[in-house]
Amino acid sequence: MNDTTPSAAANPRHTAPPPTERVAMLRWMRENLFNSPINSMITVIIALFLVFALPDFIQWALFQSVWSGDHEACRAATGACWAVVGEKHRPMLFGVYPYDQHWRLILALVIYLSVIAATMTPAFWKVKILMPLWIFNLIVTLILMWGGVLGLQPIETSQWGGLPLTMVLFTGTVVFGSPLAVLLALGRRSHLPGIKSICVVFIESLRGVPLITILFVAVNVFPLFLPEGLEFDKLLRVMAGMAIFFACYQAEVIRGGLQAVPRGQIEAAEALGLSYWQLMRRIVLPQALRICLPGLVNHIIAAFKNTSFVLIIGLFDILTATTAVMEDPVWRIFFVEAYLFVALIYFVFCFALSKYSQLVERWLGEGRRF
Amino acid sequence: MNEQQPADAAADPLGDETVIQLIDVNKWYGNFQALRDVNVSVKRGERVVVCGPSGSGKSTMIRCINRLEAHQKGQIIVDGIELTDNLKNIEAIRSEVGMVFQSFNLFPHMQVIDNLTLAPMLVRKMPKADAEAIAMKYLERVQIPEQAYKYPGQLSGGQQQRVAIARSLCMQPRIMLFDEPTSALDPEMIKEVLDVMVELADEGMTMMVVTHEMGFAKTVADTMIFMDDAEIVEIAKPDVFFTNPESERTQLFLNQILTH
Repeated sequence: MNDTTPSAAANPRHTAPPPTERVAMLRWMRENLFNSPINSMITVIIALFLVFALPDFIQWALFQSVWSGDHEACRAATGACWAVVGEKHRPMLFGVYPYDQHWRLILALVIYLSVIAATMTPAFWKVKILMPLWIFNLIVTLILMWGGVLGLQPIETSQWGGLPLTMVLFTGTVVFGSPLAVLLALGRRSHLPGIKSICVVFIESLRGVPLITILFVAVNVFPLFLPEGLEFDKLLRVMAGMAIFFACYQAEVIRGGLQAVPRGQIEAAEALGLSYWQLMRRIVLPQALRICLPGLVNHIIAAFKNTSFVLIIGLFDILTATTAVMEDPVWRIFFVEAYLFVALIYFVFCFALSKYSQLVERWLGEGRRF
Repeated sequence: MNEQQPADAAADPLGDETVIQLIDVNKWYGNFQALRDVNVSVKRGERVVVCGPSGSGKSTMIRCINRLEAHQKGQIIVDGIELTDNLKNIEAIRSEVGMVFQSFNLFPHMQVIDNLTLAPMLVRKMPKADAEAIAMKYLERVQIPEQAYKYPGQLSGGQQQRVAIARSLCMQPRIMLFDEPTSALDPEMIKEVLDVMVELADEGMTMMVVTHEMGFAKTVADTMIFMDDAEIVEIAKPDVFFTNPESERTQLFLNQILTH
């Protein structure tokens, strides 16, 4: 670090220039990868593993792989058979939905993802914009998927499948589960003993049960208690089960956030004459939800992946649909590639969610510390 | 103070209307008695300063007046309404009684202007434009209109407390309670807050102030209250209170805080 600039010499109070990129990187490695004997050892072991495994994987995945063609070409090659994705992506992405109607799902997905993108943009964060947008979104995507009107061929929910089904389940879970979670969290902190104990029992009993059990009950046991003739759609029951399960976990995260809001905030709002709901909605919840945002997103990501549990009750989400498609004896041996493709889809969604949540945290944090 | 100042009642500039009355108020936290047989009455326009050692029950007392704390025995009557568990009454009283806290308690996720307009819009159902006009009026009164569109976290402690005072005033309260408003401030910021409070006092606001700022007390107080060990030890006019207090405990306390 001998390279002091002339201006630094002229001005004794001038701070030293930051270290150059290369020095910074070396220092970073020394501080983070080799800062203790054990860490150095772990670094070396991981580096060796990468050196041995990575070239083979790249050879398999990229250089010796087959990107198009039939299964004969795949069998002849030594690398990955990405042709399976080209061959089978339609049933993987859309399940048993009638093949000639797939355009409806594609259109629905495009609309749905555009609305999600709009929802994620702060410029649209107004009830007046988001409410109609989502009502439009739900009506249009449901009409497209269900059909039966406007000359569209009706298609039962039991035939829905693949990525749209995953999206429907995920959206339903979050949209219905989140308000319920807020109510449960507030109820658990209520001063009214009746409400409090109902919420505690509800949360604790449902949290103590595996999701699979809840889905099983929703699908197979719940209808037994309904009067004859009254029947809810299976998809709707599954969604309700998932939403309730999601809400119980999310309620505990929100409770953590509520407890972190200083008592003085509530007192100040009360002293101004705000009612309980006014002060919760305007003062406490905005602060609590920001505090627990990382935990909230954690469970939202989990909810996205939990949609694959519908496999046990015979719905074909993207993962189950892929398993079914890979029964095809001709392509069966290339299941690894097919699952890697599905994994990539899951990863893209979850990673995007996680990155987005970091952005939101930054937006909400600007100039608003205590 | 009805009983304590009978002699010169005729010369008293204050009206006869009692706006705050505490009758034999008792409060416990578990087994600890925080207030013991507290009797106070405050007239419209009266400026009352409450002092005493920490833990003596001063804050508890004024927090009972807008029911941030519930008393367990006795009566509290504010503006003709008795405080009970009746939520409607509590909300009615809270919208008439402003409160300023030691730790400001501004809402950190809202800009200053939104801090000020929130309660008038939600509680008084005031249109946004009117609420903003009032907010700017009071921000000018506390001399920080230029901070209207900042977040509380961007202001100094003194500025935050002045915003908090303005926030209370926006509800156009008939009574203001101050709970150690300058205790969390750096010394150089205490004056700017006290100046605002003196101005408010000069305009005839009914005020009840818990503070250790004896200079402020001497300037504005109509009545001094000294509390110790959960009870009111002495109620007196400031000239008597500071020169010739009745109780030994008051004397001791004044010696301690006036001679450091």
